[in-house]
Amino acid sequence: MIDIPYARLLGLDIEHGEGAPVLVMPFDTGKLGRPGFLHGGAIGGLLEMAAVAALLQQLDDASAQWKPINVTVDYMRGGRELPTRARGRVTRLGSRIANVEAIAWQESPEKPIAAARMNIMIKRK
Amino acid sequence: MTFDLQALVARMEGHGRLLGLQYRAHGDDWAELAIPYDPRQIGQVDSGVLASGPILTIMDVATSAAVWLKRGAFLPHATLDMRVDYLRPATPGKTVIGRGECYRLTRSIGFVRGQAHDGDPDDPIAHVAGTFMTTADIS
Repeated sequence: MIDIPYARLLGLDIEHGEGAPVLVMPFDTGKLGRPGFLHGGAIGGLLEMAAVAALLQQLDDASAQWKPINVTVDYMRGGRELPTRARGRVTRLGSRIANVEAIAWQESPEKPIAAARMNIMIKRK
Repeated sequence: MTFDLQALVARMEGHGRLLGLQYRAHGDDWAELAIPYDPRQIGQVDSGVLASGPILTIMDVATSAAVWLKRGAFLPHATLDMRVDYLRPATPGKTVIGRGECYRLTRSIGFVRGQAHDGDPDDPIAHVAGTFMTTADIS
């Protein structure tokens, strides 16, 4: 599991496969916003964790530190009372900055409920 | 005003309650909320710095409330997009305060902006801009 308290608070689980890890956020009432729909903050938090997980996999350097610079989240569909999955993709890995995208889905990755773009600062030791 | 933001936040369930969101103040087109420091929300284990997700959430709710205040009605809406600049890490142990403003409202869209800080509004930790769309007449 991801050793970050906030990821534990969201109950995030990790599915390793080909490519970047898929993070799974189980549904519970602690993720709800307006009745019947997931809160945008919970979806955004999951997307950010997925982006970071993709970056850390690609960095493959346990001593590297990261810091989010910004995030832009687009919400495409309402998140229902279901588990939500998210996966990040590093679009550019520089020496100091990584550009990372992530999508979140419930039914299939072809029908994302939200997408994020992040700029993340990297400090390698 | 046709709805009571303070009561709404106090009764809030779901993700707002999970993060311990609190009401602080509001005006005609703005709302200010707080999240007391909570070690469960740490994002950087070695430094104890808060994760960015809770900052996104407090700003989503504060800017949402700003839309309802400007509209004078609690109309359900969905976040279309939210952009957050993380200006500096929040100081571990400090309460995060988020102030959202609705600076333009159309029939269906609310345009919002806001800042978060951890004690000094002149030294913000985050800046946000976003849009909401009413879902009231959309099934």
